[in-house]
Amino acid sequence: MSAPELSPTRIANTAQRIRRRVLAHTLSNNGGYLSQACSTSEALATLYSGLMRLGPSLAPSLPLPFAHVPGPGRPYFSGALYNGPREDHLDRFIFSPVHYALVLYATLIECGRMGPEALDLFNTDGSTVELIGAEHSPGHEVTAGSLAQALSQAAGIALARKIRRASGRVWVFMSDGEFQEGQTWEAIAAMAFHEIDNLTMVVDCNGQQCDGAMQQVMNIEPLAARITAFGGLAHELDGHDPAALIAAAAQPSQGRPVALLLRTDPCRGIDALRQRAPKLHYVRFKNDAERQPYIERLAQLNEELPS
Amino acid sequence: MIMVPRPHAHNLVAWAKDRPDVVVLSADLTASCEADLFRDAYPDRFFSMGMAEQNMIGVAAGLAREGYTPCVHTFAVFITRRAFDQVAMAIAYPNLRVRLFGFLPGITTPGGVTHQAIDDIALMRAIPNMHIIEVGDATEVESALDVADAIDGPVYLRMLRGEVPRLFPPHHPLQANGVRDLGDGDDITLVSSGICTQEAMAAAKVMRAAGLTVQHLHVSTLKPFPADILCAALRPHRGPVLSIENHSIIGGLGSALAEVMAEAALARPLVRLGLRDTYAHGASTPYLMAKLGIDTAGILAAAGARLGVDFSDANPCCDTDAVPAASFDAKPEAL
Repeated sequence: MSAPELSPTRIANTAQRIRRRVLAHTLSNNGGYLSQACSTSEALATLYSGLMRLGPSLAPSLPLPFAHVPGPGRPYFSGALYNGPREDHLDRFIFSPVHYALVLYATLIECGRMGPEALDLFNTDGSTVELIGAEHSPGHEVTAGSLAQALSQAAGIALARKIRRASGRVWVFMSDGEFQEGQTWEAIAAMAFHEIDNLTMVVDCNGQQCDGAMQQVMNIEPLAARITAFGGLAHELDGHDPAALIAAAAQPSQGRPVALLLRTDPCRGIDALRQRAPKLHYVRFKNDAERQPYIERLAQLNEELPS
Repeated sequence: MIMVPRPHAHNLVAWAKDRPDVVVLSADLTASCEADLFRDAYPDRFFSMGMAEQNMIGVAAGLAREGYTPCVHTFAVFITRRAFDQVAMAIAYPNLRVRLFGFLPGITTPGGVTHQAIDDIALMRAIPNMHIIEVGDATEVESALDVADAIDGPVYLRMLRGEVPRLFPPHHPLQANGVRDLGDGDDITLVSSGICTQEAMAAAKVMRAAGLTVQHLHVSTLKPFPADILCAALRPHRGPVLSIENHSIIGGLGSALAEVMAEAALARPLVRLGLRDTYAHGASTPYLMAKLGIDTAGILAAAGARLGVDFSDANPCCDTDAVPAASFDAKPEAL
């Protein structure tokens, strides 16, 4: 766990680079899941900077085109190859809210697992760098676009690894909106019952969903108390503090599935977004006036971060 | 007619003996789905998932990704209706080796519409990569796992439980191609599946006794549908074709047959027997089969109407080989 990269200062720098890359892409693309980068850049930077024990990427720097859907006798390219080899002593990463795909792609680039030109393929026809990622998309292991299905699959993977006495953990990146789906609670109850304690949910609690603020759409709080009541172990922390995430992840799991509830700011680092609240799910610019503050923020970030 | 008690319960234990990759998941219907003997024999490979089918499907997918062969047990309705999205996205899209054992097919339960899977084949047929096997007797219950095992992908098995008749000798197990030739003839063709095959066999006997020649084909592989075999069998004849299934006539055997016949330009009239775009209700299997016209008498009535023959004086119950399908389930109330 004490990988040399696990320096909060360095992670914070990587996080800003992720944010900058997503902002630049959103501007050039005139649209994107920008708020998701604001809320999760620190978390994804921390996970990919050494908190997860991953081997080097086994995938090409430039993502392959989409070949075919999986089927009998047809080898299928797994986006998980960007997360390194599948070995019992290493960790596994399961990415659940795949609407955050752009942020994950930016993270893979900033952490040296994918080339920066990969984003040129984003949401282009025939590419695996899809808008809403699937299991062929870089960094993705399961097809999770129908939200809240990945946790159960991760539980099955964790159960198998527990039977095999694998030492690695299974990390499941989630969003708080997925706790509105009943399957999430079925999964937590089942993991608690079967003592699947080698799995950690890292949850972006940004309080946002497609229709707006979760408090206005369908409340899920108090989330920590609910998870605890279902037999999980919940830690709440500042999602923009890499040191806090590293410390919480080091806590023993006590025979229970672990949820790290990252309290995050959906506009963190890009204040211009606050004018759009509570509609932050997808950002599109209607005119140059709307675009201008984001251009200025990108220029600032470019000054702050030496390339 | 030999009745075999709980063939799946015993077969699963024997089949999985030297298969450490085989794990069983159950959603609070373990004895009801005959997974109890497996649970008792191999407790380390049995996982109780509670009444939570969506999660169970996902966990099975995760286990399959790790090299296990999960055998999911619950009632057919709860696999195919309740967890449809999970089956499609977590299991079928990635083509994982998960075996879905769906019990209480069609009207084999007095449990009413909530428990009667009248549309499961239609739902599973629509999912790419999915394979579908429907068993018709104890021999097929005992051999379906071997056929499924050879399939590189997900398999939905439409299963029978309780006292299951042995229609086919054990040395004639289920074949991968999924069609049994139960007799050839020119006057009429019966294409049946599942518990309806027993009824169709009895009806064929009556028709043959009346001097008709009857072709009878039993289909146990609904997907991939054995189109070439069926076309080759159907092409030489001219009479009407009756499909008989314990399922809606939309999306099951009759639909698949209609598609195949149309595409192959097989110009024979097709009559689809089954649930005619309706639900059933809680009642005994023989009562419902008679009401829906998929028992021996119903098949004879439909055939007679097409052939201009009156079979109403025939009494198949006098035939000692014809056991009504009611005897399929020793404890039909075990819900």
